[in-house]
Amino acid sequence: MSEYLSDYASLLSQYDVLGAFWVNIQLTFWAAIGSMVLGSVLALMRISPPASMRAVGAAYVTLIRNTPLTIILVFLVLGVWSQLTISFTDDFNQNFFIYAVIGLSIYHAAFVCEAIRSGVNTVPAGQAEAARAIGLSFLPAARLIIFPQALRGAITPLGNTLIALTKNTTVAAAASVTEISALMKTMIEFRPDVIIAVFLTVALGFVIIVIPVGLLTTWLSQKLAVKR
Amino acid sequence: MKYGKSMTLAALAATTALTLTACGGNDDGGGGESSGGDGESVRIGIKYDQPGLGFKDGEEYTGFDVDVAKYVAKELGYSEDQIEWVESPSANRENMLSNDQVDMIFATYSITDKRKESVAFAGPYFVAGQDLLVSQDNTDIKGPEDLEGKNLCSVTGSTSAQKIKDQYAGTVNLVEQGGYADCVTILGSGGVDAVTTDDIILAGLAATDANSGKFKVVGNPFTEEKYGVGLPKDSDKCQAINDAITKMVEDGAWEEAVTKNTEGADYKYNEDLNPPTPDACA
Amino acid sequence: MSTSVLFDVQGPRAKRVTMILNVVAVLVVAVLVWLVVQKLGEQGQLDAEKWTALFTERTWSNFFIPGLLDTLRAATLAVVGSVIFGLIFGLGRLSSVWILRAVSTVVVEFFRAVPVLVMMIFFYLGLARTGLIQPSNTPFWAVVIALILYNGSVIAELVRSGVYQLPKGQREAGLAVGLTPSQALRSILLPQALTAMLPSLVSQFVVILKDTALGYIITYPELLASARRLGSGDGNILQTLLLAAVVFMIINSALTFLAGRLSRLLSYRTSGKTRPLHEAAAGDETG
Repeated sequence: MSEYLSDYASLLSQYDVLGAFWVNIQLTFWAAIGSMVLGSVLALMRISPPASMRAVGAAYVTLIRNTPLTIILVFLVLGVWSQLTISFTDDFNQNFFIYAVIGLSIYHAAFVCEAIRSGVNTVPAGQAEAARAIGLSFLPAARLIIFPQALRGAITPLGNTLIALTKNTTVAAAASVTEISALMKTMIEFRPDVIIAVFLTVALGFVIIVIPVGLLTTWLSQKLAVKR
Repeated sequence: MKYGKSMTLAALAATTALTLTACGGNDDGGGGESSGGDGESVRIGIKYDQPGLGFKDGEEYTGFDVDVAKYVAKELGYSEDQIEWVESPSANRENMLSNDQVDMIFATYSITDKRKESVAFAGPYFVAGQDLLVSQDNTDIKGPEDLEGKNLCSVTGSTSAQKIKDQYAGTVNLVEQGGYADCVTILGSGGVDAVTTDDIILAGLAATDANSGKFKVVGNPFTEEKYGVGLPKDSDKCQAINDAITKMVEDGAWEEAVTKNTEGADYKYNEDLNPPTPDACA
Repeated sequence: MSTSVLFDVQGPRAKRVTMILNVVAVLVVAVLVWLVVQKLGEQGQLDAEKWTALFTERTWSNFFIPGLLDTLRAATLAVVGSVIFGLIFGLGRLSSVWILRAVSTVVVEFFRAVPVLVMMIFFYLGLARTGLIQPSNTPFWAVVIALILYNGSVIAELVRSGVYQLPKGQREAGLAVGLTPSQALRSILLPQALTAMLPSLVSQFVVILKDTALGYIITYPELLASARRLGSGDGNILQTLLLAAVVFMIINSALTFLAGRLSRLLSYRTSGKTRPLHEAAAGDETG
């Protein structure tokens, strides 16, 4: 047993597990911002007056939600970067990190959009009617009256999206970003005898990140709930 | 809310059932056990996704590994339709041999001392080496040292790119992809200057119809990978396989197989080391 | 809330402005598409043979159909497995025995927190070492088990919340006519909860189907892996991957559509809410 532990400890000193987790956390952070912005725009489009905007928003959600994330990431690297030769910086590590963030944002924006839309559905029609009655047009009404309430109602699904995003950063290896799942594979292939310990380390890492997010969103959704 | 115990007991029973069914073997995928009888059939492990070496196209299997395997099988007394092909991905090769799921493996399988602890090897039937694939008109990359400041592609988790970074060119820009075909696509569009892995694998990729004539293998291998025939530890076939490989080299079939599978890749194998003489059997 | 109360029906002027903006937007998109197409042409990605190869019999019979069948094989087993897993642990979380409740909670929360890909890699490399499963079957079982553990946990949550979301009166009425609490659960609450969660369940199948695509990372020969293999052999991987994406989209859209229809169909057969998961609690989905 103690030998197992020392084998495992030597493996940990050889590979930068914390560093790899840090990459996943950074990916989560930037992609959360990206998908929140893009998702809000999409949600706005889906409730906006012009039918064409609503259609585009709906098409985006349907298309992206039904495509595996891996394929989206591979297309960004193989198609956009390699064939269209669009580069953000000459530094490969940074360049692919940005691509991974874009891919994760594109994918999760569809879910953010649906989350916000479900939040909009919790806002009673009277709120919109009141906004209209005091002379607000669509954009001010959406910005001042609907969205603030919708976001509060959307906290639980948004939290779920954030959790899914955190876990999905493990797919970023498809965009040439070295993160924890790729490192875990290398570690196990190098030292298959300590496979359980390696797996538990990675799994617990995610539990530690994900469960507080879950608790926080539950707490927030209760605290911020619009009492009706 | 509280509910009775019968419910939860039923649930427990169902869990057990689930666990049991989940582990109960389902061996129909990929060959399984059919070693019944002498000379009935031979199960050979190959790669399915490595054009030029081992590639599955419907019921047709092509590549250099496949050609050598067919030749060896014939010498051992098996006709082509007695061969049962099994996919052997890199991570599974030792396990498949020690679980007696295949009789031999021809799958870009390098002979190493570490692997010899758990499996036996016949051969080598080819000595590959890590090399670089560049576009046909590239003249300034002649070896790994020239990659300083250049862009390089390799497969996620492979050690070959790391080796270049550590030993030859510290400032190389590295992109890792899901497969070598992705790398070749990127090389074709100019996203990277070179792709690295074993020379014959690169040659096989460059020899596919769509890539033929577009790329060249630099021809300056800087490692030595002796591709052997993986065998179960207790196999008695080693000597017979070695004889077959020697014969294949002598009657020209070996040369023909290399040429056929690397045509259009502008590839010359390392003539100092090839064709190899098989090592003595343990 | 219906969106129509947010704005007036567009008048002639607004309609004209919208029309103009639409045309401008279409033009901008058209220019972008043109630029992309031109660039792809320069790179030789529009060569006819790279595309026509996608519609040959060989492409389908040797690569896409076998790949699709392997995707469906893993997905089907994972669906069945995760429904069973979800029922067991969902009921476990509703149990009156605290130890069962605790165990179920820990199991469900753990497997919901661990990324599917991480589990797949673990089982892929771990199962072969146990010797229980033939090595050539480990990719298949790694995909199936990882999907069952994750999606089963999500379904367990669906079961639990499905029962909680039923109106209180349903259980009380059951007790009032003399049923025991467990009888009420079995014959009144559970049937309604299951009916209510059916659309969400179908949505979860979309997740399962999409996640089988992660199997290519551990060498499971599913659709994406087959597309990659064909692309490596023929040198048109960009095109084969695009085709794989389209196939995934078609199947998943069909499932999503089915979920929508089901929720409308079933809404008057239960007192629970039948909105699919992605609307009710969007985002519990992965790669």
